[in-house]
Amino acid sequence: MNLTLHVWRQKGPNDKGRLERYQAKDVSPDMSFLEMLDEVNEQLVKEGREPIVFDHDCREGICGTCSQVINGQPHGPQAETTVCQLHMRQFKDGDEIYIEPWRARAFPVIKDLVVDRSAMDRIIESGGYISVSTGGVPDANAILIPKADADTAMDAAECIGCGACVAACPNGSAMLFVSAQVSQLAKLPQGRPEAARRVCSMTDTMLDQGFGNCSNHYECEAACPKGISVKFIAMLNREYLKALPKLKPGSMSN
Amino acid sequence: MILDGKCPSGPLADKWDNHRQDLKLVNPANKRKYTILVVGTGLAGASAAATLAELGYNIEAFCYQDTPRRGHSIAAHGGINAAKNYQNDGDSIYRLFYDTIKGGDFRAREANVYRLAQISNNIIDQCVAQGVPFARDYAGYLQNRSFGGAQVSRTFFARGQTGQQLLLGAYRAFSRQVHAGQIRVHPRTEMLDLVVVDGEAKGITVRDLVSGEIRSYAGDAVILASGGYVNVYNLSTNATGSSVTAAWRAHKKGAFFANPCYTQIHPTCIPVSGDHQSKLTLMSESLRNDGRIWVPKNKNDQRPPHQIPEDERDYYLERKYPSFGNLAPRDIASRAAKQVCDAGYGVGSGRGVYLDFAASIERLGEDTIRARYGNLFDMYQRITGEDAYQQPMRIYPALHYSMGGLWVDYNLQSNLPGLFVLGEANFSDHGANRLGASALMQGLADGYFVIPYTIANYLAGITPGKVRTNSDEFRDSTAQVEGMTNKLLAVNGRKTVNEFHRELGHIMWEEVGMARSEASLTTALEKIPALREEFWDNVRIPGSGNDLNQELEKAGRVADYLEFGELLARDALNRDESCGGHFRVEHQTEDGEAVRDDENFTYVAAWEYGGSGKAPQLHKEPLSFENIELAVRSYK
Repeated sequence: MNLTLHVWRQKGPNDKGRLERYQAKDVSPDMSFLEMLDEVNEQLVKEGREPIVFDHDCREGICGTCSQVINGQPHGPQAETTVCQLHMRQFKDGDEIYIEPWRARAFPVIKDLVVDRSAMDRIIESGGYISVSTGGVPDANAILIPKADADTAMDAAECIGCGACVAACPNGSAMLFVSAQVSQLAKLPQGRPEAARRVCSMTDTMLDQGFGNCSNHYECEAACPKGISVKFIAMLNREYLKALPKLKPGSMSN
Repeated sequence: MILDGKCPSGPLADKWDNHRQDLKLVNPANKRKYTILVVGTGLAGASAAATLAELGYNIEAFCYQDTPRRGHSIAAHGGINAAKNYQNDGDSIYRLFYDTIKGGDFRAREANVYRLAQISNNIIDQCVAQGVPFARDYAGYLQNRSFGGAQVSRTFFARGQTGQQLLLGAYRAFSRQVHAGQIRVHPRTEMLDLVVVDGEAKGITVRDLVSGEIRSYAGDAVILASGGYVNVYNLSTNATGSSVTAAWRAHKKGAFFANPCYTQIHPTCIPVSGDHQSKLTLMSESLRNDGRIWVPKNKNDQRPPHQIPEDERDYYLERKYPSFGNLAPRDIASRAAKQVCDAGYGVGSGRGVYLDFAASIERLGEDTIRARYGNLFDMYQRITGEDAYQQPMRIYPALHYSMGGLWVDYNLQSNLPGLFVLGEANFSDHGANRLGASALMQGLADGYFVIPYTIANYLAGITPGKVRTNSDEFRDSTAQVEGMTNKLLAVNGRKTVNEFHRELGHIMWEEVGMARSEASLTTALEKIPALREEFWDNVRIPGSGNDLNQELEKAGRVADYLEFGELLARDALNRDESCGGHFRVEHQTEDGEAVRDDENFTYVAAWEYGGSGKAPQLHKEPLSFENIELAVRSYK
């Protein structure tokens, strides 16, 4: 099939950026979306032009590196699928495809389709862990974890930290990402002792880093390539409410 | 030179304990005076950085990815082994040790592997404490599954994404230390040189992939945890950014490269669909617990699989290896697939075999299979457009893992003092073939539980902070890296980096792949240098070195593969025997099993860089087996 691409090109953070047109010819339906871009890039290189810069690494949907908005949807049209796992059989001959970077205040563009997502690391650094050092821990079966809790924790832990939820949110909120981290650890007995401190610290950092707040659009869940449910945002809010009286005495009466 | 692995003496079970008593310590107040550079933030790098930072050392951590949470360990599906024997099915530290030595075809060090088996149990405890959500049963206890090369269930797992969960556990511990100010992270930064001062590793030179700036860092020791090298074959299950570059540049500065010909070809990957293919996708080995592998008994049978009756199917693994069946080790299962396809029984394009779940779905129900492997079935459908609940998967072997790597002694220190190598980047624990679910175990063992002890022994003997980046060695290193960058940009030829990588991959797969011969290896040794020459004459890299330039990054990596591929082929030619993942067609039994030559090849081949255009020099570390008797590796 033959396709027309409109790709966001931006030389650097200070460049205004623009959509440019490219033709993708003889595209096989068995190609991945990124392989289609690889071929466009090879042609550009042969013509001595700078290829389209985009983030990618594992190309099997787990590392969370790839990050493109395709026709307005983060990771493109297929549900629960990262860009690298999106295959061209989802498109048809003659399609016009618009490809843009993640757009959010907290994710400045570095070049073309590549953005800086280090704000998500700073959220984790502010408390997204259990403060255990290596060594001196009990046997793995010493603390039993009910299967339902372990499964819920794992549902949350599926998050690949790609940032599609932020890109999809009209507020540029990282609430789904933060809620997945908070809920995973809150569901496990090992994570309970620090639960209150963790949820407050991570939500504070989220706001400090320029992410917005949640106003229940649920665009995040629709865009999430791992199908993380917005029920974790409810869980985050419950954890936050439980934490307030512990960490900020008097806050509940205001 | 005869190399010494410095394995401690004494009874096998006491070696590590006794050795730890002999290692020197650095007192808590002095630890903060030392700086350690850690390259790579996968399982080995992240766990080492976190643990050393917890102890009080200053860590500078480097990764080429945009965040340390994305090392390719994240893509490991199936699980991590440990000798917990929670299942009461006969497992023990000794059995895990024995299985690993045998799985590696008797080409690994006994002392290292025994230590690995001992530590395996601590790893599971540590990960659970960090909040890794391993699978549990209704009573709340941990579950296990079986993996290739073992007759016990010792593999712990978190759905089909165990590597992700373990890596995120290590990343969380790492992030805690970033917050504490003990780790400074340098993402989007690629190591391009090792700086050696007075024979010891004291720094690295890197390129900031965003600004293009080339700069150096000095430290009291350097830890390389930069992963494996199988992207030298172009198509593999590795991430597109995985490369030999950090290890190769260290090699060119004097670190020996050990057993590069030990490469693992994974039997269960999705077959190649065309020339556009950029990577191969692994379907976890855990699928072989419930999937049965077969091909039609008739050559070139074009019928769809469900129309082929049971008695016209050849379940060749079950037939050839009745006691291990579909769970035969990876090298054996891969070669068996190649044999049936070469003989004309392949399915799909002819380069594929069926992995069939029909019997398991009938026995256990689709829901159970979905709960176990749902994400893998979904991935298969996204890539191929086929529904594996309705028809068998098509699979074919693909390059997956490198058992070889930089040479290290029992302390994980290379022949260059101060350079430590962890995880897949070293050669140490898997011999000539790695068993499933053992890579995660080794990466975390090295990082959490070995390096904290052994690096202290080195650091205690040196004065901290002695080397600064304003010395001649650092200036030379920066100039050298800048020189190579400019040289690449100046070629301005007509072929893309990808074209060269594809051509190299083709040579490697055809001549140095699953079946190697003296003739094929000799051909490779002629073709690779010729391609390398053409590369430096005809590669085209647009743009400049002063910003994010992915073609330039790739070009540097492919330039290294064009040198490294030659060493791999040379090592394969030197090893005139078949063992594990290294199969020389000259050395096989009548039914195609590998034949080792223990008399002449029970050694580690460690290669010393000879200089540009010169032959490398071979050093040998003899392997001695005091506890296990060398035997023919049989899974029948």
